[in-house]
Amino acid sequence: MNKVANTEAQRMNFWERLYIPEIARGLGLTFIEMFKPRVTRQYPEVRWEPQGSYRGRPVLVNEDDGERCVACGLCSRVCPALAIEVQASETDRIKERYPVKFEINMLRCIFCGFCEEVCPEEAIVMSKEYDIVFQTTDEAILGKENLLKPVSELQDRLEFLRQWK
Amino acid sequence: MPHVVIDGKTFEAEPNKTIIEVAFENGLDIPHFCWHPELSVSGNCRMCLVEVGMPKRMPDGSFEKDNDGKNLIGFMPKLQIACATGISDGMHVRTKSEVVVNAQESVMEFILINHPLDCPICDEAGQCKLQEYSFIHANGESRFDDVKNHKDKRVSWGPNVLFDGERCITCSRCIRFTNEVAKQPVLTFVQRGDKVTIKTFEGTELDSPYSMNVIDICPVGALTSKDFRFKSRVWDMSFNDSICPGCSRGCNIKIGVRNNEILRLEPKANPFVNKFWMCDYGRLTQFQNTNVNRISEPRITFEGNQKSSTWQEALSVANQKISAINSKQIMILGSPFATNEDNFILSLFAKKVLKTENLDFFRYEDNLFCDDKLRTIDRTPNSAGAFAVGVSPGSHHVNIDNLVTKIKTGEITALYTIDDSLDRFPELVSVLDELELFVIHAQNESVVTQKANIVFPASTFAEVEGTFTNFENRVQHFMPAVITAENLRFMGMKMSRLDKFGADNDRWTQHDLRRSRQHWRILQQLANMMNAGWSFTSSEEIFNTIVEHNDQFKSMSYELLDEFQGLKCMKASNPEAKKRIYQSHYMKPN
Repeated sequence: MNKVANTEAQRMNFWERLYIPEIARGLGLTFIEMFKPRVTRQYPEVRWEPQGSYRGRPVLVNEDDGERCVACGLCSRVCPALAIEVQASETDRIKERYPVKFEINMLRCIFCGFCEEVCPEEAIVMSKEYDIVFQTTDEAILGKENLLKPVSELQDRLEFLRQWK
Repeated sequence: MPHVVIDGKTFEAEPNKTIIEVAFENGLDIPHFCWHPELSVSGNCRMCLVEVGMPKRMPDGSFEKDNDGKNLIGFMPKLQIACATGISDGMHVRTKSEVVVNAQESVMEFILINHPLDCPICDEAGQCKLQEYSFIHANGESRFDDVKNHKDKRVSWGPNVLFDGERCITCSRCIRFTNEVAKQPVLTFVQRGDKVTIKTFEGTELDSPYSMNVIDICPVGALTSKDFRFKSRVWDMSFNDSICPGCSRGCNIKIGVRNNEILRLEPKANPFVNKFWMCDYGRLTQFQNTNVNRISEPRITFEGNQKSSTWQEALSVANQKISAINSKQIMILGSPFATNEDNFILSLFAKKVLKTENLDFFRYEDNLFCDDKLRTIDRTPNSAGAFAVGVSPGSHHVNIDNLVTKIKTGEITALYTIDDSLDRFPELVSVLDELELFVIHAQNESVVTQKANIVFPASTFAEVEGTFTNFENRVQHFMPAVITAENLRFMGMKMSRLDKFGADNDRWTQHDLRRSRQHWRILQQLANMMNAGWSFTSSEEIFNTIVEHNDQFKSMSYELLDEFQGLKCMKASNPEAKKRIYQSHYMKPN
């Protein structure tokens, strides 16, 4: 029969074995914490605002005169999860190509940020959105109407990219 | 014959050749933009600069030797262009020395000074010669930080071609092509120096039937196709080798497919058939019947009730109806649009199973279509082959000339055809209603399919494996490019990245899988219902059977057809010598 030696109970001294002082010590710790500043939030009423370096849901940058994207398809090519599908078409603008369809399947997206890194136009960036919820699979495939975001909302990320990319 | 030493290797070459030609024939690639084996030499891109030298001679005419007893070579201090320098006996060429590499990097830097680098927008990206060379031969830096030249963009040169002046690197391939091959000299350089651009002469446009070949030979994206513009990136497409069914020339093509839809056709080099070219008609029209207006499922129509059915039902109805008809009253029509294999099985079906020799096919000849370049009078890809594999009437049997009269007199009461282009013959269409039974294998909806009693959906040339015999009796093998429910697991078919890695529930894989079948498979099933007992499992087996029984196809096989880019009937054991095939842009995916 195995004999168990040097257990936690054997190592405890008399006061520890008595148990009551330890309870008092624990209660004391709780009491002290009540007067320290709080680190938790009342989510979703109180929300966390991430830094510019945060990689949230990828979005398309929308300027005043339309999207920056020229539908080159590099994001779609580099995407390791094959989440992005782009279909190009022709416009009359100086940049003669634009995406007539741009879909990101958020069920496939792994938030790696390769699409942002490869984009030659700085047109797709990672936003700060982190609470992404869907009720159906079709809803999770975001089209252009859900992806386009005005450039003013993305200043933090664009500044981060300018500095660190 | 002169001997040339290129990079230390000695090659024997024919006189009057240039350095780049000798190097190419011996498997060495000297970088170049403007040189093309089928066009004249212009020598204006300066990319093919090499070091050229001859052995040094003493005053008495003997060779000067170094300490090891080898000939001393006097290289010219200035580099020469390999495309315009003719060879001479004893010539030494260095293509990879430091001077040459420096020169290549400088030329790349010069070319890229005014090149807009709008690769994300450009259709050529992914198959661009300039992109390839930027990786291989450029040092990746530019010392030019001024404003780039701006030129006209989106200039229409003709009905099919769009020109972008900024991307153009003025190699003049398009000018030489229109002058020498298309014989429509409408293009010229205008301006000088960095302002140089290409224009069409006033009042002319590039509307030659071969105009779109300039898009293929353009080393950059300056010339784009109006039809294909921005439809897809090349790396999202798969390219499978095939044969253009537009006429009996049998131009070798590549079929560009994405999401099971054909987006474009482009020529594939075959020095014995079409060299590097194909006509715009073939390029723009021959994939339409695969993409649109398809018959999706078998259909049975009797006494005005049209209903779709399953394959099993349609086949058993066909079996029942055909068996009820006297074999002298049935006419079998082959198709010059179908492969040798299909026509062979059809002729077996007629002669062995139905035991009739009322067997023929309609030719389609058009004098207005042919020209002195590639297009031929015969507008079908395989009339020579259909005839050769046995689709021809027995003597005193019904043939295409007396078919209409025989139907009118009631001697022919049933028609079985694998040719769905019968709407070319209004006379025949008008008498189709008098038939008791009309069975057709059709690819597309037409007036004729509306009159048919039984319609089987057939696969087009892009969905099957087979062989075509062109007007010179050259047999060429081709592979499927588009998947159907039947060829879903076809071995050797090239797939794009999305095809390989997409899951069933991805939106880009949500194309309809057509339920059409190859002609011979339909015929085999029908024949087996009539106790023929055939068990062919692939087109290759059928071709081997043809080879066994038909002297014209003697000693051919799919493997040899692929290896020699097609073999001529009766001359298969003595094929033309293989040549190294020039490929201008070789980085294209698959």
